[in-house]
Amino acid sequence: MSAHVPPALEVRGITKRFPGVLANDHVSFTLRQGEIHALLGENGAGKTTLMNIIYGLYRPDEGDIYVRGRRVEIHSPNDAIRLGIGMVHQHFMLVPTLTVTENIVLGHEVTRGPLLDRRHARERIQELSRQYGLLVDPDAYVQDISVGHQQRVEIVKALYRQADILILDEPTSVLTPQEAEDLFAVMRSLTAQGKSIIFITHKLKEVLAVADRISVLRAGRLVGTTTPAETDEATLAAMMVGREVVLRVEKAPAQPGEEVLRVEGLRVLDDRGLPAVNGVSLTVRAGEVLGIAGVQGNGQTELVEALTGLRRPESGRILINGRDVTGRPPRLITEAGTAHVPEDRQRDGMVAAYTVADNLVLNTYYKPPFARGLVRDEAQVAQFGRRLVREFDIRTPSIYAQARTLSGGNQQKMIVAREFSRPISLLIASQPTRGIDVGAIEFIHQHIVRLRDQGVAVLLVSAELDEVMALSDRIAVMYRGELIAEMPAEEATREQLGLLMAGVQREEELVHKMGVTSAHAEGENG
Amino acid sequence: MADRVVAETPQPAKPPPGSLLAAWDRVAPATVPFFAVFTALLIGAGIIRFAGASPLVAYRALWEGSFGTPAALANTLVKSTPYIIAGLAVALGFKAGLFNIGAEGQLYAGGVLAVLVGFHPAFAGLPPLLHVPLAVLAGALGGMIWGAIPGILKARTGAHEVINTIMMNFIAIRLTDWLIKSKDPLILLDPSASTPRTPYIAPSAALPRLLDTPLHAGLVLALVLVLGVRWLLYRTTVGFELRTVGANPNAARYAGMNVSRTIVLAMALSGALAGMAGAGEVLGGQGYLSPDFFAGIGFDSIAVALLARSSPVGMIPAGILWGALLNGAGLMQIRADLSIDLIKIVQALIIMFVAADQIVRWLYRIRVAPPTEEAVFSRGWGR
Repeated sequence: MSAHVPPALEVRGITKRFPGVLANDHVSFTLRQGEIHALLGENGAGKTTLMNIIYGLYRPDEGDIYVRGRRVEIHSPNDAIRLGIGMVHQHFMLVPTLTVTENIVLGHEVTRGPLLDRRHARERIQELSRQYGLLVDPDAYVQDISVGHQQRVEIVKALYRQADILILDEPTSVLTPQEAEDLFAVMRSLTAQGKSIIFITHKLKEVLAVADRISVLRAGRLVGTTTPAETDEATLAAMMVGREVVLRVEKAPAQPGEEVLRVEGLRVLDDRGLPAVNGVSLTVRAGEVLGIAGVQGNGQTELVEALTGLRRPESGRILINGRDVTGRPPRLITEAGTAHVPEDRQRDGMVAAYTVADNLVLNTYYKPPFARGLVRDEAQVAQFGRRLVREFDIRTPSIYAQARTLSGGNQQKMIVAREFSRPISLLIASQPTRGIDVGAIEFIHQHIVRLRDQGVAVLLVSAELDEVMALSDRIAVMYRGELIAEMPAEEATREQLGLLMAGVQREEELVHKMGVTSAHAEGENG
Repeated sequence: MADRVVAETPQPAKPPPGSLLAAWDRVAPATVPFFAVFTALLIGAGIIRFAGASPLVAYRALWEGSFGTPAALANTLVKSTPYIIAGLAVALGFKAGLFNIGAEGQLYAGGVLAVLVGFHPAFAGLPPLLHVPLAVLAGALGGMIWGAIPGILKARTGAHEVINTIMMNFIAIRLTDWLIKSKDPLILLDPSASTPRTPYIAPSAALPRLLDTPLHAGLVLALVLVLGVRWLLYRTTVGFELRTVGANPNAARYAGMNVSRTIVLAMALSGALAGMAGAGEVLGGQGYLSPDFFAGIGFDSIAVALLARSSPVGMIPAGILWGALLNGAGLMQIRADLSIDLIKIVQALIIMFVAADQIVRWLYRIRVAPPTEEAVFSRGWGR
């Protein structure tokens, strides 16, 4: 990069205070022209606040922003877009019932008289698509396309608005490993053609794989900026958390006992009435962790919902400690000794408007000592809340704080505290560490292992291969509603699991399958 | 995006109960309604001016007519009573995430059963200590049935309660009309009356008067119900379930609560409250029921619930304000020569400002409070 080119974006001494918290504390950082700059930090470290300031959603209390060497005031996202700043949010801002083209031009419609100039817009989109290797189908409806495709649409949308600086907020959290690779290729292609990218993430491997430079935020402050060549995962984790982090989970060999969960030939439909789980059978014994790996959307959600009573199975049997609980309501399954860490914590696992204390008794509120008859015992609830906040290190100003004010990691700790603190024989944990910071992940992993060692049967469902490999004693891979393979964890390799997750069976089977498929195809053609 | 902003934007914690901050927390929710009323009265003054009268004279008359004398105060409280109780009914629905627009119909359903128990010979000769509670409970039962029907429809089929409570209103109002006017068969009509109405209730069914004024025990009933609903919502497991279903039905299901049953229960309780409001009016006021007897009390109670922000205790000032505006309007009309409808305009403005609280916050620089459970009343529309 030539020294004469001004940085694409520079912030100097940005400070932002929220009541009671310093979200950004004199943060300065520079995005060079044509680089991928990763911004790493735990939830609550101030990454999103900083990006919202750059995107004009917040006004900084102090500090200046420079775009291409010129000092600017950004009062709204419209100002940001005018300055060539585009943001791809973690949750996509697309209208499902409109086509890709319509979504991209939304708000920047090219018109001919009163009519939308669809043809012109379509051509522009195809041009952008070709130029950066961003495959999008301009005529598809957004509701019909995959998550990875939707993300490309978001990026094209930003480029269509002539963004030179792209902010990607946790872009890989919704992608398969393969899709993530594709995204990285697109990112490299974008920077090769002069765009600059801020890549927000908490995944250390990705940062090392794709970033040119890495800045780490902790508690609102910029801890430092480095490059992938100068650092490694452990150093980055320590920078994020402020202390050494155990990236590997220490655990003794499992000592499986009685069978706790038995599932036989389970079939479950999804919301649209299509088969999502196609004849899954599995067992989990006391004192062992069965990990289910798989790309999201292969029926894991429906499987867990059926096991926890939230979704009625079509057929098959579910037995917990020998008792048939197929199709029984969630409360009965909970009372049978099951804990459930749900996949979507904010949707299912907590009531955002409730206090931490009330959330901690969300599924035990009706039992002594929290209630006598129909009357709640507030003192007991508060006492229990204080104890769990202490034991599980939930960072909250008070047990009376609304759960929504907690960071994602602390919300998850709150849910884990609730589920792990009652006597259970079965734990069903779905994506237990999704979107939370390294410190909280470490903490939750340790607790899962502790429960296993105490003789709890654990069913772990996770899209994070590292997590499944680190915690499981046995690993099963779910693909298109079926468990297509199961193996002892020590025999599993990343590569093999990755292939299985993509639906490719073991090599010998692969050859066999291909033979079958081609014969089948010929048969169809003939 | 939105939830990430929230996740990284720490908000002040709820202070422990009993502290000074907690006291402020209790008052703070009233700031927007207070300024909404203030702004509505200010604009009302402009309209009065425009109509060629003196706002000062008009508002003084309004004050005197509603609170100026002990008799005026007593009348204001009498007028406020049904709004307090029916407001509670609507608020209870809001808490469970349900928009019960059917208070009007539930008032009629309650009124019909209450008046029936009040005048029917089968109940004649009961001592007041039995007859009064029986008639009030009959009212609660009527409202409960009327509220439970849309509740069951929602729980079983997902039919939206807004549509079905409105429909139940039409049915209740027209049904009451027929029950009272029908001569063949003669059902509720008092044939000796000059205008269509039911017979008078037995004196043993009348709510006792208080202090030799128009005040009747309906006011006591209202206060008891305020405390009862508050206790139910915040101190019982049933209330916890109700509020959880309102605040996050997914989490309620996850936590093992029976969402369908809770919806039916909430609508039934809401209806029962509205039914008691109807019974209170019949048994404490005229002592009979006539077509159009409630004349929109049930609809106005939605406004009262909004003004009180669904707080049970807040229903007392909100209901009294509503009663006062209605009661003082008469004197204002005489003194300032203004149409009584002006009060309707002021009431409408109050509700608009409460609903569009952004305007009030902007006008008076009131800081945005963190969203609370109460903010859910409009959710579920078109879901």
